[in-house]
Formats: sequence, C-alpha cells, structure tokens
Amino acid sequence: MRDRFGRRATTTAIIAVVLLLSVTIATAQETDYLAPRTAAGNPDLNGIWQSINTANWNIEPHAAAPGLARELGASAAVPPGLGIVDGGEIPYLPQALAQRDENFANRLDLDPEIKCYLPGVPRATYMPFPFQIIQSTQHIMMVHEYAGAVRTIYMENHTLPPAPSWMGWSNGSWDGETLVIDTRGFNDQTWFDRAGNFHSDALHVTERFTARSADTLMYEVTIEDSNVFTRPWTMSMPLYRRVEANAEILEFRCVEFVEDLIYGHLRKQPDSQSQ
Amino acid sequence: MHHRFISSGSIAATVIAMSLLTANPVAAQTPDPTPVAGYTVPRTADGQPDFEGFWSNATYTPLQRRDGVAGEFYTAEEVAASEARAAERESAQTVPGTTADVHYDFTQFGLDRSQSTLASSLRTSLIFDPPDGRIPPRTTAGERIMAQREEQARLRGGRFDAVENNQLSDRCIIMGGAGPPMMNMVYNSNYQIVQSRDYVMFLIEMIHDARIIPLDGREQADANVRQWMGTSRGHWEGDTLVVETANFNGKNPIRGSTENMIVTERFTRVDDETIVYRFTIDDASMWTRPWSAELPMKKTIGPLFEHACHEGNYGLYNTLVGARREERLAAEAAAALKSN
Repeated sequence: MRDRFGRRATTTAIIAVVLLLSVTIATAQETDYLAPRTAAGNPDLNGIWQSINTANWNIEPHAAAPGLARELGASAAVPPGLGIVDGGEIPYLPQALAQRDENFANRLDLDPEIKCYLPGVPRATYMPFPFQIIQSTQHIMMVHEYAGAVRTIYMENHTLPPAPSWMGWSNGSWDGETLVIDTRGFNDQTWFDRAGNFHSDALHVTERFTARSADTLMYEVTIEDSNVFTRPWTMSMPLYRRVEANAEILEFRCVEFVEDLIYGHLRKQPDSQSQ
Repeated sequence: MHHRFISSGSIAATVIAMSLLTANPVAAQTPDPTPVAGYTVPRTADGQPDFEGFWSNATYTPLQRRDGVAGEFYTAEEVAASEARAAERESAQTVPGTTADVHYDFTQFGLDRSQSTLASSLRTSLIFDPPDGRIPPRTTAGERIMAQREEQARLRGGRFDAVENNQLSDRCIIMGGAGPPMMNMVYNSNYQIVQSRDYVMFLIEMIHDARIIPLDGREQADANVRQWMGTSRGHWEGDTLVVETANFNGKNPIRGSTENMIVTERFTRVDDETIVYRFTIDDASMWTRPWSAELPMKKTIGPLFEHACHEGNYGLYNTLVGARREERLAAEAAAALKSN
C-alpha cells in the first residue's frame, strides 16, 4: 500500500515538474520569440497556416456526437473538442442563447457553410482548411482555401467600412511583435461554427496574430457585440504552419457542390416537357 | 517488343517536334516592353519591381481584329472617336419593360467602362500574334471537340431548364474573364496586386478570385490537381514577371480552349500608370498554333469591394422560378383550351 502510495506520489511529483517546465517553456516562447523580419522590418507572418482543432464544429467545449447525415455514418460525425472560448462559455444574452439553440436545432437549413457562403471572421481562420498570409507593407492579404474567401487588411489609409459585408472591413497595425486587426462592417449572416453560435451586424472583432515559434502563431480574438452578448469575450488558439515544401492554397470552389441543394427543386420536370 | 520500342520512339519524336514548335511562345520571342524614357521602375523592399496597388484592364479594344480593319494600330484620334461611340452605345437607355431594363442599369451604377479607369490602347485588336489579329484556325481534333460540346449542350436542354444549364457567371462559379488569362470584363475589371518576397497575389474583384503565384521555383503541381484557374508558377525575367499556368480543368474555356491549355503571362511596368500585360495561349488540342495578346493594366483607385456573388444570387433563383411559372401558366392555358 505505502509502496504504491509512494510510487504514485513520485509519479505525481514528476508530472508536476514536467508540467511546470512545459508551462515555463510555453510562456517563454510566447513572450520571448522574435519573428524573422520582412525586408521592410516588420515581423514576417508570411506563410500558409491552419488551425488544428474542432472549433468549426463548436467553439465551446463539446463531446463527440453523431452527424446529421445518417448515410455518412462516422465520416460525418462531430469530433470532440476542448473549445477555444476562453473560460469555456459564450456570455449570451438570454434571448440570444435561445436563438443559438434554435440555430443548432435547424442547422441543416441555416448553417451558411452548408450553402458554401463566405465564412466570416474569425470562423475563416479556424475552419479545417489552410489559409495564406501574403504580407506587404501597405496590405496583408489572407486568402482562405474554403470558398476562396479573401480578406484585405489595410495597414495604411484606415477607413470606416464602406458597406456591410461577409468578411468585414479590416484595418491592421503592428503592436510590437503582434499584428492587430480591427474588423467591423459585418452583415449578420455568418456563424462562428456549425453549432449555431452567431452574432449580429454590430459585431466588432479584434484579432492578434503573434509568432510564438518559427512554425506556430498565437491567435487571440476579442468579440464584441452588445446585441448578442452580455460582455466582450475572447477566444485563443495556436495556428500551425503548413511546412510541406509544396504547400499551396488550392481551389475549394464549393458553389458548384451546393447548386442542386439550393436550386434543385427548380429543375424543369419531365412531365412539363410536353409544352 | 521491338514494335513497341519503335512506336514509343516515334511518339517521342512527335513530342520533341511538338515541343520545338511550341516551346518558345511567341510572346517570349517578342521582346518585353521597356519603361518609358526617364521612368525608373519602383522597387519593393525586397528589391523586386513594385506592382502593388489597384489596376483596371477595362477596355473597348476587341480581342480579335474586326473585319475590314487593316493594320495593327489606330491613330489616337481614331481610338478617341471609337471609344466615344462605344461609350455612347453602352450608356444607351434600355426600353422600359424589357429584360434588359430590369437587369442592371450599368450607367446608373457607374459600371460603364467609360465611367471606370479605361485601359486605352491604340491596338486594333488585343491579339498581336498571329499578325492578322485573329485567333488561329482550329485543328481537326479541335473542330471535333467543339462539335461534341455543342451536342452536349443541346442534350442538356434549355438554358433555364436547370441551374447547371446557366452560364458560369450567372451561377457565380467563376467569371469568363477571370482566367488566366485575365481578360477585361463588361464591368468591374479591377485587380489588386500584393507582393511578398516569395509570392505575387492578384485579387480579381469579380467573385473575389485570388491567384497566388509562387516565385520560389517549385515544380508544377501534379497533373491530377485540375482547377478552374489551373495552377500557376512564376519567376522574374529582368523586370518582367512571367507566370506559367497549367492543370486547367477545362470547364471555363477561353474561346474554346481545353484542359491542355498552357498560359504564359508576362507583366512589365512601363510607367507609373501602366503595366503592360501580355499572354500566350498554347493549346495544341484546339488550335494549329499558339496565339498572343496584349492589353494594358492601368492604375486605378482602390479599394476593391467584396463581390459576394453566390451569397446574393437572387437573379439565378428568380430566373428559375420564373421559368417554372411560365411553364405552369402555359400548361394551364393549354388545359383550359382543351376543356372548352
């Protein structure tokens, strides 16, 4: 017994030391890593990046669950995830929480991803598709493989959004090692995930991209939308470089894949061909 | 065995002969343009020619030289007169109650080419090779492909019978001119260029199509990766950006091109306002020889707006609803006639 207790205590102590060490290392990386510089002297965030998490299914912590298409079995089931919302829970207003649950119940009809609509921000960043950062001094482009969604981050000549849009209007600036992007001017059509988490057209997104090693970025987001949430809230996750030498953003031009779903019922029927 | 060697040998000979014919696209043989006297091409921080910014290639110049027009160039006066006529035609008011009238009113929304930055050119046609300014004749195989496509289109039925029978642009899949080659369109012929050390990105305003051109000398992608816009590889030749694109899926042809098309584009900045854009189309499955065209890209004011085409595609939906309604009304009228 004591022997076993003793061993267990030793194991626990070792784990604690390892955890402490790794926490120290992680903190050190986050605070001390200096990204290589572009020729213009800014942190170089160029590259093809991708998240490795299940936030696109649900940004809140969630267990595995069956999918909606029975015929697709395990291939379309929901993978589990610890979530990316800091604190775990989104601070919805009561009415908005009811709306989220209704969205979830009707997600097959309502999720904009199913119709190949532009994903909005920050969902575009953590969808299970790569995106590429192309960085110049005046502009930073984010080109997403999913639906060919594009963001132009204006590093100069900041202006107000000219009109509501799916991907918003982004003004960027450097805060030391961190790229800070202020995005407004959204419409109310996009979701944060497949679980019906949503926002209104008052959404204001502040993103922080910070290199934490040669091949990882830290991605931190603040969400503000007083129509839907009781207070601002944050999410965070690492992003990983696609290090394959031949990595390339390919076409996922999904409009073609959803035409029958959206317009199929408007097909000319054989019995009306006699006209 | 021996037989197989001979035949593969003759295939190899044919391939060599073909590549001799097509290895040097004509645009490459034509010297790249040089900057106007006194103009120094600006550099990015990485030292590459700086193309960054917003550009338009809206033009009234036809791709092919019109019948009865001789010579490669008009005079400046002739171009001005011709553009004025074209602008007048484009802004002509539509007749109330017609389909044209309920579609876009181009002029009202500033979509006329004459209301945007016009990429004027003295050329009588964008095509400069062959020298007659016309797309070269099709090969026999090319004629057969065109006939097959016509037959397939006929079998699909009427344009409004099903969503797939509509034009790609109506379906918001891709614009005809998105390319490559990047052809001017009826409106919104706007582009944004952003450069990093290893990539050049062209954002095409229409349907937010971004082309990302790697400059790192990588090999062309596997030939099984067929895409609407192909896969592009770029490099600098002096101050000219050269982009070669292959691996097309062939579903958005330019003037009948096939999935075997290779497009070579050459971008040269010649003054503060102008990038000369040349391209060569090489598709031995369709044409008897490559053909090349040139059009300027003119500096314009930004920004580009989000062209969320599919997301707001009420036009396609309503067109199909209308077609089904007309069928129903016709059927009811026929039934009423029969019962009388």
